Amino acid sequence: MRAYIAARLATAVLVILGVSIVSFFLTFLTGDPAEIMLPPGATAAQIEKFRADWGFDDPVIVQYWRFLKRAVHGDFGISLRHGQQSLPLIAARLPATLQLTLTAMVLAIALAVPLGVLAATHRGGPIDLLAMGVALVGQSVPNFWLAIMMILLFAVSWGLLPTSGRGGVAHVVMPAAAIAINLMALLTRLVRSTMIEMLSEDYVRTARAKGLRELFVTSRHALPNALIPLVTVIGLQFGYILGGAVVIETIFTWPGVGLFTIQAILNRDYPVVQASVFILATAVVLINLTVDLLYVWLDPRIRVT
Amino acid sequence: MIRLARRSPLAGAGALIVGLVIVAALAAPLLATLKPPFWQGDGSLRHPLGTDHLGRDVYSRLIYGAQISLTISVLAAFLGAVVGVVAGLVAGYLGGRVDTIIMRLADLNLAFPLILLALAVVALLGANLKNLVIVMAITTWMIYARVVRGLSLGLREREFVQAARALGAHDARIIARHLLPNVLAPVMVIWTLEVARIILMESALSFLGLGVPPPTPTWGRMLAEGRDYLTVAGWIAVFPGLAILFTVLGINFLGDGLRDLLDPRLRRQT
Repeated sequence: MRAYIAARLATAVLVILGVSIVSFFLTFLTGDPAEIMLPPGATAAQIEKFRADWGFDDPVIVQYWRFLKRAVHGDFGISLRHGQQSLPLIAARLPATLQLTLTAMVLAIALAVPLGVLAATHRGGPIDLLAMGVALVGQSVPNFWLAIMMILLFAVSWGLLPTSGRGGVAHVVMPAAAIAINLMALLTRLVRSTMIEMLSEDYVRTARAKGLRELFVTSRHALPNALIPLVTVIGLQFGYILGGAVVIETIFTWPGVGLFTIQAILNRDYPVVQASVFILATAVVLINLTVDLLYVWLDPRIRVT
Repeated sequence: MIRLARRSPLAGAGALIVGLVIVAALAAPLLATLKPPFWQGDGSLRHPLGTDHLGRDVYSRLIYGAQISLTISVLAAFLGAVVGVVAGLVAGYLGGRVDTIIMRLADLNLAFPLILLALAVVALLGANLKNLVIVMAITTWMIYARVVRGLSLGLREREFVQAARALGAHDARIIARHLLPNVLAPVMVIWTLEVARIILMESALSFLGLGVPPPTPTWGRMLAEGRDYLTVAGWIAVFPGLAILFTVLGINFLGDGLRDLLDPRLRRQT
């Protein structure tokens, strides 16, 4: 048990180190970071000076080491566009993204669990068909298109919800729903299939044989066990949820990390891109680490071995 | 196809939809009412889905847009599959340090919000067909690698593999002749579902302005352009989205149906 946690922590540290390497090498993809960061009209002398100033003349390993040392101290360099440290710029936008993604996750779970359970308990019936239909369409719908259609309907035609920005509850509804749809579809299918499996387990038969009511058997015996795989999948999906937030934030001009990063990418503001990619990927690693440890705690069978 | 439909209506419906989209892509010059660049002409031609802000026929652009979506997603899913399957086979069969390195690479790749990574790389390298295919392949290989590794771990211990090894077959031969054929069915299923995912991702990149550049019609950019005219001409944004939804839904139908037919054990993993 202790060995497992130690090994899992070591893996996480290794992966984060890998994340730092990838974030670092992003600027080397075209061969010369100076050419990316300077405007196209820069003269050879200016490029030369820029290289010397920023240390691009040093061997790559030296540069990476410097990047890593600074990164550990939270220093990812000055944003080329905003003239400030890039990490605080991103940190300032993190709460907005968290608010959006967490709302989306809660929304997805709140819809998927009852839908999946109902589909499993009414297997083959109209509710099941409906739930699976919703799930299949939900998995296939491009979330950015759904977002635009919602804007068209709820904001442009009916004027019920604001089209963009961050403010009260009304602002969160559409972007959160757009991010939630794909996750909701996936979770509905997962809950349905695990519930079907759990309902055929011996302990469920025993519970039924004892004369417990079906509702009690479903909610107290089968459901808690069916929720365990849900935790893992949500953890694994976190990267996709963040990715969804990147696109959806730009549509609703939601002032989060996603919108900021896309602008940085389009502006070639690479210190910001590096910092953002590093922070988001590290967040995914940490979430998955938490999920794995949580799993051990949730499932006593793993705890023992 | 009829046999497929009888055994799995879902897969049959999927195959039908996918077939329609492929036909649209291949026969674009015949089906489209206008040729690129789809200008309106003298106004006597019919525009079944209306025209966009530049007066181009939306229907014809949609038909041609299928070419780009399918080309990128099929090629990228194939490239990713080749890399991922080889990595998974090698990792699972050889085990040890090779296994650790390959699987940590997969973990690392999975840690990145893929669309962000794709955006950053495409923005740097330039958005063209080749780069998009490579970038999309980077977002998909590790899924094959993980599944195939798991399968080959089990296959490695099976008698027929042990027998081949006892006969003195090389590792490369065992992997190619004995392991590979046994992992192809699940790989087919993943491949299908990944094509659908890549279509979604490619259209998202294109929507954000980092897809195949204009004037090539892509569904994602058509949507982005339509977004600017939502209040006056909603249809421009509606139809490309429906095209994406229709295609992805068809491919998912096909993938799910195939999974049920080929390998019921995989059913739980979604």
